[in-house]
Amino acid sequence: MNPTETPTDRTMKRVETDGGVPMEDDQESTADAAKADGGTEKLVDVSPSHSVPDDDDDVRTRSTETAITTRDLNVYYGDEQALDGVSMDIYEHDVTALIGPSGCGKSTFLRTINRMNDMIDVCRVEGDVEFGGKNVYDDDVDPVALRRKIGMVFQAPNPFPKSIRDNVAYGLKIQGYDGDVDARVEKALKSAALWDEVKDQLDSSGLDLSGGQQQRLCIARAIAPDPEVVLMDEPTSALDPVAASKIEDLIDDLAEEYTVIIVTHNMQQAARISDRTAVFLTGGRLVEYDDTTKIFEDPEEQRVEDYITGKFG
Amino acid sequence: MNGEPALTRAAADRDVKEKMVGVLLFACAALTIFVTASILFTLAYDTITFFGFEETTVVDFLTGLEWEPRNGHYGVWPLVSSTLVVTVVSALVAIPIGTAAAVYLSEYASPKVRSVIKPSLEILAGIPTVVYGYLALVYLTPWLRDIGLPLGTFNLFSASIMVGILIVPMVSSLSEDAMSAVPDSLRQAGYGLGATKYEVSTGIVIPAAVSGIFSSYILALSRAIGETMIVVMAGGLRTSLFDPFDPFGSLAGSGRTMTASMVNAVTSDATGGSPEYYSMFAIGLSLFVITFLMNLASNRIAARYREEYQ
Repeated sequence: MNPTETPTDRTMKRVETDGGVPMEDDQESTADAAKADGGTEKLVDVSPSHSVPDDDDDVRTRSTETAITTRDLNVYYGDEQALDGVSMDIYEHDVTALIGPSGCGKSTFLRTINRMNDMIDVCRVEGDVEFGGKNVYDDDVDPVALRRKIGMVFQAPNPFPKSIRDNVAYGLKIQGYDGDVDARVEKALKSAALWDEVKDQLDSSGLDLSGGQQQRLCIARAIAPDPEVVLMDEPTSALDPVAASKIEDLIDDLAEEYTVIIVTHNMQQAARISDRTAVFLTGGRLVEYDDTTKIFEDPEEQRVEDYITGKFG
Repeated sequence: MNGEPALTRAAADRDVKEKMVGVLLFACAALTIFVTASILFTLAYDTITFFGFEETTVVDFLTGLEWEPRNGHYGVWPLVSSTLVVTVVSALVAIPIGTAAAVYLSEYASPKVRSVIKPSLEILAGIPTVVYGYLALVYLTPWLRDIGLPLGTFNLFSASIMVGILIVPMVSSLSEDAMSAVPDSLRQAGYGLGATKYEVSTGIVIPAAVSGIFSSYILALSRAIGETMIVVMAGGLRTSLFDPFDPFGSLAGSGRTMTASMVNAVTSDATGGSPEYYSMFAIGLSLFVITFLMNLASNRIAARYREEYQ
C-alpha cells in the first residue's frame, strides 16, 4: 500500500474495512466530541476513544475486575534499573496503553508480564505481578504455561516462514489441541479481520503477505489459542498509516474478548484506541495512570502534560 | 595548498587506479576459473588416453563389476560402491551428531560455552586427515574388535566412522551458521506463544534454516566422497564389490574406494604410461562428475527452500 495516500483516502479505506458503515458516522462523532468538550482547550486532538463506530453500535461495557495487578515492581538489567516501583491495576477487557519516551521502561513492563524477560540473563525482577490470583514470579509458576494464557504481538511483523494456516495453528499445535484446528484457524483469522483476504490462500507462505496483513496474521496467531490477555509491543510502528489504522480498528474489537495491553510511542494512537493510559517517564517510573480522556485532557502531573504536548520526549 | 583545486587531474588519477584495481581483482577471479578449466581439460585428455588402450572400453569401465588391472578388468563399480558405502556410513555418523551439535551451539549453549566449543570443533576440522587415518587403523579398529565386532585389520567400517568424525565439524559449523542467521524475532514469537526451547528449536529454527542445513550436508558428503587418506590407511586396498545382502560383511572387510585406487595407481609398481596408471584419470573424472552433481543438487535444494526473512 502506498503510505503517501491522502487522509481522505485513508478514512474511506477504514470505513470500507468496517463493513461499509457510512462515512457520516465518523464525522458526526468527531463533531460531537468537539461539542461535548465545550471551550476547554485540548492537549491532543482526541476523538472519542473509539473513533471508528462498531457495526452493531454497542459500546463495550467497562469491567471493574482486574486482570493483572503489579505491586512495587522493580526490574534491573545488570546494574541498571529499568522499572522503579510500578504498582498498577490493569482491568479486564480494557485497552490499556503504555506510553512514554524511549527507554522509559514501557516495553520492559510489557515483557515482565509474560516473563519474556526471563530469557535475558542479566534481567532481575523484584515485586509481584498477579495474574489469575497468582504471582507469576512465584517459584512454582511455569513461564511456558503462563505465556499460553498471555498472547503477544511484536513490533515488527514476525510470521514464521510457514503457511498462513500453520502460522495461526502453531500455538494450538504446541499446546496439543486436538479439536477442529481448521475451525479455530478460521475463527482467529476472522477475529483478526484477515479471513476474507486470505481464505483462498491458506497454504501459501505467511511471508507472501503485505506488512499490514502479516501483522494481522501475527495477531491471529496470538489469539488462536484463546489467551486471556494480549500484549502488543508497538504493533503498528513498522506499518504504513493505512495498515496501522486497520490494526487500530482491530484492537478495539479484540477488547471485547481479551484484555489488551499496548505499548505505543504514538500518542494519538493511545488516545484513539485505549480506555486507560499509563504514562511512564524516565527512570522506569509510572508517573500517571488514569482514564485515557483524563490523561489527555486534564492530567494531574505537569510532567505528563509537558510530555503529551511534546515539550520533551 | 590554497591554489585552485585540481578537479580534473585528481579525478583522472583515481580513474586509472580504479581501473587497475578492477583488473587485478578480475585477474584473481579469472585465475580460479582458469585452474578449474585446466584441471578438467587434463582429466579429460588423460581419460581419453586411458580409453585408447585396447583392453579398456568406456562401456566396460562404466558397467564392469570387476577391477583387476593385472587381468585387464577395469570395471569401476567396486570402487564406486566402496566410495558410496563410506559416504553413507559417514553421513549416518556425521549428520545426527553434527546437527545436534549445531542446535546446541545455536540455541542452547550460553555464549561462554559456545566460545569454548565452537573453536574446538573448528580445530577438529584442521587436523590433517592422515592423523585420522592413523587413529582409525591403530586405535579404532582394535577397539571395535575388542568389543566383539568381527572386523578385518583393514576395513571400511572404521574408515567410514572416522570419515564421519572428520566431517562432523563441517556439518555443525555450517548448520550453526544457518541457524544463527534465523532472526531472533521468530524465536520471540515462538516463546511468546508458550513454546519450549525444544519446540522453538525443532519447530521454528530448523525449518527456517533448512536450506542452509541441507547445503551443509551436501558439502560434507562431497568431502566424504573425496576423502583419501583415511580410507587408504584404514580401509585398505583390496577391491570388493559391496554386497547388499551382506552389508556388514562388506563393511567388515577391506575395500578400495575411488580415491584409494587413484593413490594406488601412482604409488604401486604400475609403470607410468600403463593402462593402470592412466586409470586414475578416468576415476578422477568420474569422481569430479559425482561431486559436481552433488554441488548442483545442493544449490537447487538451497534455492528451493530459501525463505526470505524480514
